[in-house]
Amino acid sequence: MAVAESRVASESFEDLALPLFDRLYNFAHWLTQNREEAEDLVQETYAKALKGFSSYQQGTNFRAWMYRILRNSFLNSRAGLKAMPIGEEGNEASESSLPVTPHTPETILLGRLDQELVHKALDELPVIYREVLLLCEFEEMSYQEISAALGVPIGTVMSRLSRARSALRDIVKRLQKE
Amino acid sequence: MACELWREKLDAYVDGELPREDEQAFREHFKSCDNCAADALDRVQMKRSIQAAAMRYRPDPALRARVRSSIAAPSSTKRTWRWAPSFAFAAACVVLIAALWTSHFRRYTREQQLVSELVDLHVATLASASPVDVVSTDRHTVKPWFEGKLPFTFDLPELQGSPFTLIGGRTSYLNQSPGAELIFRIRQHNISAFIFQESAIEQNCRLASASDFNFHLESWSRNGLCYFVVGDVNAEDLGKLAALLKG
Repeated sequence: MAVAESRVASESFEDLALPLFDRLYNFAHWLTQNREEAEDLVQETYAKALKGFSSYQQGTNFRAWMYRILRNSFLNSRAGLKAMPIGEEGNEASESSLPVTPHTPETILLGRLDQELVHKALDELPVIYREVLLLCEFEEMSYQEISAALGVPIGTVMSRLSRARSALRDIVKRLQKE
Repeated sequence: MACELWREKLDAYVDGELPREDEQAFREHFKSCDNCAADALDRVQMKRSIQAAAMRYRPDPALRARVRSSIAAPSSTKRTWRWAPSFAFAAACVVLIAALWTSHFRRYTREQQLVSELVDLHVATLASASPVDVVSTDRHTVKPWFEGKLPFTFDLPELQGSPFTLIGGRTSYLNQSPGAELIFRIRQHNISAFIFQESAIEQNCRLASASDFNFHLESWSRNGLCYFVVGDVNAEDLGKLAALLKG
């Protein structure tokens, strides 16, 4: 019986987890900015997720669960510690010191932005903002899902997103002038 | 309400996170406030720009294979050493048959899903107001059009003397991977020929000849590319086009 359940669980894990592979890899590469580290991170994520699959609660958000494992693995990696030192993560005081640029018509950037420009701007964005933007815009996660993936309250997701967008705009404007 | 208060909620509006009544109120406000409307449009465009730019990194197929085997391994290992000594031969046979059936059924379901997706792409193309992005019967015009749009290249056959006419081509997407869709015509029937990288298919792309809602499909792979021809013509005509494309 236990074996049968294990087999069913393993098959379900494969079915649930493999379709996320490409996007998890893309996200991992955006976080690490390095192919080899992204590959290690994805492999580690799948290994940890398979191991912990029995603790995953069926019916809850599997995608957010996988992203959370990937992100926690990243935070514990050398690249993660460098990009987001311990203490910075979830430190609302240090985040709130970054101003939210008022969004006035003068700051409006009309028209679709050049992809290369967006790549450069995202590359420059601090990881803490890059990840929340990617989860919202590219993964099209709801605030609730992002909250589960990042392990922060929804209010933090909203303020972080707002600051991330302002910061991205500032970078885009600077790059456009260069 | 002052614009500043509306703007505080603009992010939630463009992210689709507001209750329906607030969304409606926003739309009413936009009618009388050009600044807020322009601001919302700008934020939507920024979202789209990020969406388009964010799928930047693609994994190596070898990594996918490694991960796939690493997460598939535990079940088969446990099954082998724990089942074998415990049950009689008859019970083992039942398990084996069940496993084979399940495996076959899952493969069949995945294949059927792929067939349905390709038929959907074909129908969507024909239903589109502009079915092709490059309109030409000349293969020397159509093939170069894909340069820079796809991470691979392919050959197009000489159709002179055959009953087929090349109508044109467009880029298509399967599992978020770009590919070529070429439209051919025979009599009054259109056939789509799809070409994707094998890594985009996530399964064996050499499907058995299939049909779905009276559409027929043939597939094969060559040089790391998967080819699918889909149309409502009979299997014989489809086979002729497949033979031409195979060279």
